[in-house]
Amino acid sequence: MQDLAVLFRGSNLARLLGGLGVTLKLSLVSVALSVALGLVVGALMTLKNPVVRAFFRLWLETVRIVPQLVLLFLVYFGLAKAFNLQISGEAAAVAVFTFWGAGEMGDLVRGAITSIPVHQRESSAALGLTRGQCWRFVLLPQAARRLVPQAINLATRMIKTTSLVMLIGVVEVLKVGSQIIDAARYDAPQAAVWVYAAVFFLYFLACWPISLVAGRLEKRWS
Amino acid sequence: MSNQPILQVNHLSKNFDGNGVLKDVTFSLNEGEVIVVVGPSGCGKSTLLRCVNGLERPDSGEILLDGARIDDAADLVRVRRQVGMVFQSYDLFPHMDVLANLTLGPVKALKRPRAEVEAEAERALARVDLADKLHALPRQLSGGQKQRVALVRAMLMRPRLLLLDEITAALDPEMVREVLNVVLDLARDGMTMLIVTHEMRFAEAVADRVLFLEGGSVLESAPPKAFFHHPQTDRARRFLDTFEFDAVKQRVE
Repeated sequence: MQDLAVLFRGSNLARLLGGLGVTLKLSLVSVALSVALGLVVGALMTLKNPVVRAFFRLWLETVRIVPQLVLLFLVYFGLAKAFNLQISGEAAAVAVFTFWGAGEMGDLVRGAITSIPVHQRESSAALGLTRGQCWRFVLLPQAARRLVPQAINLATRMIKTTSLVMLIGVVEVLKVGSQIIDAARYDAPQAAVWVYAAVFFLYFLACWPISLVAGRLEKRWS
Repeated sequence: MSNQPILQVNHLSKNFDGNGVLKDVTFSLNEGEVIVVVGPSGCGKSTLLRCVNGLERPDSGEILLDGARIDDAADLVRVRRQVGMVFQSYDLFPHMDVLANLTLGPVKALKRPRAEVEAEAERALARVDLADKLHALPRQLSGGQKQRVALVRAMLMRPRLLLLDEITAALDPEMVREVLNVVLDLARDGMTMLIVTHEMRFAEAVADRVLFLEGGSVLESAPPKAFFHHPQTDRARRFLDTFEFDAVKQRVE
């Protein structure tokens, strides 16, 4: 029982919640930037220009092939070493997660737009709708329905992946957890199980509502 | 009623990758007239319809609607508001219910009052036996029902001319009739139509004139009785023969 009590010792619980706050802040900023940039990137990805296509292809392959951790190290340590540019861990994290998220989000947007059959465009043209009206009433509403579930999936993946930033010195929920475990190493050696369980529960709290919303939207629109 | 044809197609040609899909096609369509275009697949029938509606740009020749030449892209929106088109794959908007599908064009493109259009849409749906489907989503309808909604959607634009591009080709045989009956009703009401179809008996019943298209050229242009019973060209004769089942005939003999 002493191991479980570690969670409530001193300000441990508040510290864990504070760590969750850092996790959520990093995630929310990165997700918001990714969605905003992703919409633009996705629209650009549908262009047929070969240079534009090659550029986005390279971007997308990079974020898919290179592990996020390597990107974090590259930005945080690499910039410092190569250009003597010191940025905070949080700034590096937001930069990397936005780089990743905007690429992936762009590809989702591109997929949602191009998956709409060309006939939808033609039949709205045949009804005398202008291009703008076609986008507003026919194409975008259908693209959004295809996009939202995947975008939410991406957002939850980004929240979970923020746990990597503890490795560049950002104290988020997982880092707080391991600090608590380390501090209790001698008097409560089994506390790790409980602390990690608490961290698990906090991630669950952050992602579960998002999954719920996604499920509901999918049901309504399918 | 003027003597000027609603649609006039003069020396229309269209190439895809150097292949002539339409070669010097000329014909005209008068008010209240129904022309059915038949021919083997790949003969350019669909391309012809798509050119009339500006979905394809012709390479040469001209298309006149009510005597006015369709020239640039700015004309197209105006033209399409007067020329309805129904496609093989229905192409209803899947995220809208039937009523919203029907009212989108008249309300947004023609800026007509919504209440008035909705009342008209309800009456039109009832005429094609779909009064109870007003708030159904397209995916809840059968193919034949979807195609009837698509016909009503095109008609609510009050077009001068209706283009039908193989509208029964994707339907199960038992649904073909319910759709073609609607088209026959439209013809009886005096709707001007240009129809591409593979249903030869329907073509004979609905057409005032048949155009036989082969390799992008008009080989025959004749009243339906003459075309179906006394085709002038060998090519047309062979084409019509493919609709008879030779093997069955031989067995009966």
